[in-house]
Amino acid sequence: MLRAQLGLILEHAAKVGEVAAQDVPPTAYAIPRRNVLRDDEPEPSISHADALSNAPEAEDGRFKVPRITEME
Amino acid sequence: MADLCDLTGSELSVKLASGEITSREVTESCLSRIGAVEDRIGAFLTLTEDSAREQAASSAERLAAGAARSPLDGIPIALKDVLTTRGVRTTCASRILESYVPPYDSTAWARLRDAGSVLLGKTNMDEFAMGSSNENSAFGPVRNPWNLDAVPGGSSGGSAAAVAAGETVWALGTDTGGSVRQPASLCGVVGLKPTYGLISRFGLIAFASSLDTVGTLTRSVPDAALLLSVLAGEDPRDATSHSAQGQDFNEGLDGGVDGLRVGVVREALGEGVHPNVRDAVRSGVDRLSDLGARVGEVSLLHAEYALSAYYLIAPSEASSNLARYDGVRYGYRAPEAKDSIDMMGRTRGAGFGPEVKRRIMLGTYALSAGYYDAYYGQAQKVRTLMIRDYAAAFVDFDVLVSPTSPTTAFRIGEKTDDPMAMYLNDVFTIPANLAGVPAISVPCGLDGGGLPIGLQFTAKVLGERTLLRAAAAFESAVALSERPPLLASL
Repeated sequence: MLRAQLGLILEHAAKVGEVAAQDVPPTAYAIPRRNVLRDDEPEPSISHADALSNAPEAEDGRFKVPRITEME
Repeated sequence: MADLCDLTGSELSVKLASGEITSREVTESCLSRIGAVEDRIGAFLTLTEDSAREQAASSAERLAAGAARSPLDGIPIALKDVLTTRGVRTTCASRILESYVPPYDSTAWARLRDAGSVLLGKTNMDEFAMGSSNENSAFGPVRNPWNLDAVPGGSSGGSAAAVAAGETVWALGTDTGGSVRQPASLCGVVGLKPTYGLISRFGLIAFASSLDTVGTLTRSVPDAALLLSVLAGEDPRDATSHSAQGQDFNEGLDGGVDGLRVGVVREALGEGVHPNVRDAVRSGVDRLSDLGARVGEVSLLHAEYALSAYYLIAPSEASSNLARYDGVRYGYRAPEAKDSIDMMGRTRGAGFGPEVKRRIMLGTYALSAGYYDAYYGQAQKVRTLMIRDYAAAFVDFDVLVSPTSPTTAFRIGEKTDDPMAMYLNDVFTIPANLAGVPAISVPCGLDGGGLPIGLQFTAKVLGERTLLRAAAAFESAVALSERPPLLASL
């Protein structure tokens, strides 16, 4: 079902190709802003405990995950 | 007689300031309405009654001492469950965030809280804000207060339904392709999507970052202006936010539309629009003309490509944003995985619903090598053309009008097997997101079955004052006097 649905959606989406746009630049953000920077000074941020508070599994103050290497 | 929870925020603000009522009474009125109708509507995912009562008591003390923090002080609100609230579960209506308790507040909620708002709870929505009917919630549908067999629209369906039913005075939603305006239209309330960046997105859990906008659902246009005055402004945590500090959007709201140039979008009254909607929009336009507006027709030539462009750009950004749900730092983790990669696959497979999966697949496809130029690249060019169309339209007109949605509320289940039919609900709301311009949906009548119809006004970037002034004038002239039938039986 998903295959058929995605096919139909892409068929409709391909309509964007009908627009001749050789000389039209792409837009990523409608209202572009440049160089929005703050002073490079440390500010208080989220605590270690808060950062781990939603972890499915944690140990010794770190996120714990299932093993990441193949077993022989 | 109407209960306190049925009054507008503006009316309550006056009564609270004069001491005629207290925040406790308003809050209890909303909670009692929630008790009476919520089991039939399903607008909320989380209720925060206890903290609401505490916040109301604090507000009552402030107002008694003449120390109100803002015109919003003491007025209850509900937030779409995509905006983070410190210590209060925030789910995005997804299994993958079912038990997520954010350690930080969204800027939108922080501003409201500091202004004295009372939080009633978090509202139901389409999962990750992807949908137009609220049927994509992992926690069940929301029912439209005007007809319990009909959808409330989406994705901010819970917020719209809660406002329409008097469960809250007003609510926040978010709008990426119409998710505030379309449910507002289908539920007979006012839905404002401001200029992209006018309200900080910090703490708005990301769907499509270049399109996501926080918006308001209210029972009047002045209420939308009241909320916007508190919410708008630059935020160092959102580099795309605009400076609008301290602006009073209620100022000049009653200026009327005499001499205002109103452009009716020609493409939006063609095929696919329900005759009742077309008629209501036409008579709405006539009323604007009666009020002194100079009405003409306008074309948004590339609007027919906007839907296609949106369904490439939004899924592309979503596929990137949703990669963060990996079962490592927060959210659901699937058990019994053989290794980390297997765990991430199982987590996403079990945690995301079908519409979210559809869009992630679409997005990754549109961004993949070989297809990038034809899909994503071309869609971004359509975006440029859409911006140019608006720029041309706003040379001749101050505001544009169109239907908000081609139809009124449809039956629950009617479009769930046909994603393309569902996506077409957003055909008139998407162009404003692509161009970043502000737009608002205002009730303009009922269809033959007694379901609300919305009229959409659009203005240029940061043209909120003109937008709200036009919408307020229209609302005063065409006020919806009917209420959802559900409320008559209370």
